[in-house]
Amino acid sequence: MTSATLTLVTDTPSTKAPTGITGLDEMTGGGFPRGRTTLLVGGSGSGKTILALQFLVNGVGLCNEPGIFVAFEETPRRIIANAETFGWDLADLQAGKLYFMDAQPAYDLIQSGTFDLTGMLAALGAKAAAMKAGRIVFDALDIVLALLPDAAAQRREIYRLHEWLLEHEMTGIITLKAGRSESGAISEPFGFIQFMVDCAVVLNHRVVLGVSQRNLRIQKYRGSSFDENESPFLIGKGGFEVAVSRTLGRGQAEVTSERVSSGVERVDTMLGGGYYRGASVLITGFPGTAKTTLSGAFAEAACERGERTMFVSFDSDSNEVIRNLGSVGIHLERFIEDGSLNMVSARTITGSAETYLVRIKTLANEHRARCLVVDPISTLSKSGNELTAHSVAERLIDWAKAEGITLVCTSLLDEMSSQSEGGSPLQISTLADTWIHLNYLVQAGERNRGMSIIKSRGTAHSNQVRELILSDAGITVTDTYTAGGEVLMGTMRWEKESAERHASEVEAVATKLRSAKLEAEEAELDARVKALQIELAAKQTEKELLARSAAIHERESLLGRDRMRELRGTDDVLTTPRVKR
Amino acid sequence: MTPELFTFRLYVAGQAPNSMQAIANLTKLCDEHLPDRHEIEIVDICLDPGRALDEQIYMTPTLICVSPHPGRRIVGTLSSTEPILQILGLGPANTSRPEGSTRRTADPAAQLAR
Repeated sequence: MTSATLTLVTDTPSTKAPTGITGLDEMTGGGFPRGRTTLLVGGSGSGKTILALQFLVNGVGLCNEPGIFVAFEETPRRIIANAETFGWDLADLQAGKLYFMDAQPAYDLIQSGTFDLTGMLAALGAKAAAMKAGRIVFDALDIVLALLPDAAAQRREIYRLHEWLLEHEMTGIITLKAGRSESGAISEPFGFIQFMVDCAVVLNHRVVLGVSQRNLRIQKYRGSSFDENESPFLIGKGGFEVAVSRTLGRGQAEVTSERVSSGVERVDTMLGGGYYRGASVLITGFPGTAKTTLSGAFAEAACERGERTMFVSFDSDSNEVIRNLGSVGIHLERFIEDGSLNMVSARTITGSAETYLVRIKTLANEHRARCLVVDPISTLSKSGNELTAHSVAERLIDWAKAEGITLVCTSLLDEMSSQSEGGSPLQISTLADTWIHLNYLVQAGERNRGMSIIKSRGTAHSNQVRELILSDAGITVTDTYTAGGEVLMGTMRWEKESAERHASEVEAVATKLRSAKLEAEEAELDARVKALQIELAAKQTEKELLARSAAIHERESLLGRDRMRELRGTDDVLTTPRVKR
Repeated sequence: MTPELFTFRLYVAGQAPNSMQAIANLTKLCDEHLPDRHEIEIVDICLDPGRALDEQIYMTPTLICVSPHPGRRIVGTLSSTEPILQILGLGPANTSRPEGSTRRTADPAAQLAR
């Protein structure tokens, strides 16, 4: 080993050689064992060659470790041509960083007696030293082993190869075609390789109900902990991608308390301000309960805030979705035109749930989406995908969280199977942060949409069932009418409300009438009081007048008597006091 | 007509048992069937790995006919002589007659084997 490589060895996690393959490094805790041999077993077409080649390409790219690819089965030319579809620039790498050895046995090879690989290893040793290679792949070793006359000879050559790898301290991958055994156990002649190597990876390719499912499993890894479960993988545009959920210890997603609008005012108030940014929202409901409409409202609100949004529709064509949402006052065309909204109709994509996930991730990354709608996510569990769908949904939520994308998923509930507000078919309701359930309430020959928030983590939320009303002006959420312990919706709510309104109007009029009557009576009484007062005054005046005239009369009569006496000349003097006035 | 000269190149890997065996087998074969009309070049890949890379010789031992059937490769210890003789046009029936007529009858067979 050269000093250059040695310094790198100390730089990187000492014992592991990173593969640079999404998911696989997480599963192995950093990569394949450095300076040791990894066995890669799988049926034909299971992706062994691609995985091995990607290991070399990333070795150059990530660790600056040149690599050697020994091709026993395909010509290097074909391998290079195939690899170009993944965008790996092998032509560039071949200049001193990547060497392909065409070790295919000639098809018309004549054999006489046994042989060994000493010559090849000697040649490789010279090559590896010359280019300071740190990684080496023996692709399809079974091809050359099959030419050996007996199992003892095969074993001898495998040991020879192993010794050579250890001696050269190269990180090696040996790929082998597996027998038909489902468990991935290697058929007998090669079985002991498993005991010899330090790490063994099994690739599976199964077809479940017509849907292709690829799985990867680490069978053993000496001296290291590893993810023992079978994990789905996909050979995508950029090569291998192994699907693993976020493992413990990986960086946690950033958590904010910022709220984003759900697009419906009342829903926002019910949730205490809207969804959390980066939260996963699950909207469940039976067909036709306005799940799409509610998620469309969210998309519209996001675009109005100027956030890049992606809307994945599994149910219908994107144009149909836009038209349908237009009828309830949600207008998305304008956002498609200005590029902030990406409508993806995934009805035409067929394949495994893994494929969907990778497609969604890729498209969302390309679009740099901040908000994502998946309508409905339950499509993932369509036939053939029942087993993987749950983990795919889980990883979708995990991924969105890690990326800080606010995710709104709708999920169809099967009306027959779960009439109750049961769990969603993918059991993702436990993972979702906010769960809104839409339901039909059938009453008096009507179906009305009811909306309730089943849960919303970290948020005070209303626990009341509300009525969801769709009109061409948009979505409205109204309080339901509770009467006698029963929740009334739709026409019944309206009738009840209108009856109430009527009753209160009548009441108001009656009150008015009564008060008018009373006023009239009051006025009448007032008038009477006035008349009596006037009469009283008149009586008093009259009384005074009477008294006065009586006094005058008396004085007059007194005066008259005195005068008469004077006139008559009477002499008797009366001592009558004079009336004074 | 001078008897045709058979030129061989044998790639070996140091002192590996298979290689040593192949050298012994080839020498014996040539002495038996091609006395005085063969040349053998022995290339040790361990000493000259560049040559193995250039000529894409990875399984040792490998025998290459340089002439008269250029490019034919035989891999192994050469323990089984039958296929080798067939390739060289030295079928068992003709071994005792090292004349031109021998090769003429053997030629179609050699072509078939190609």
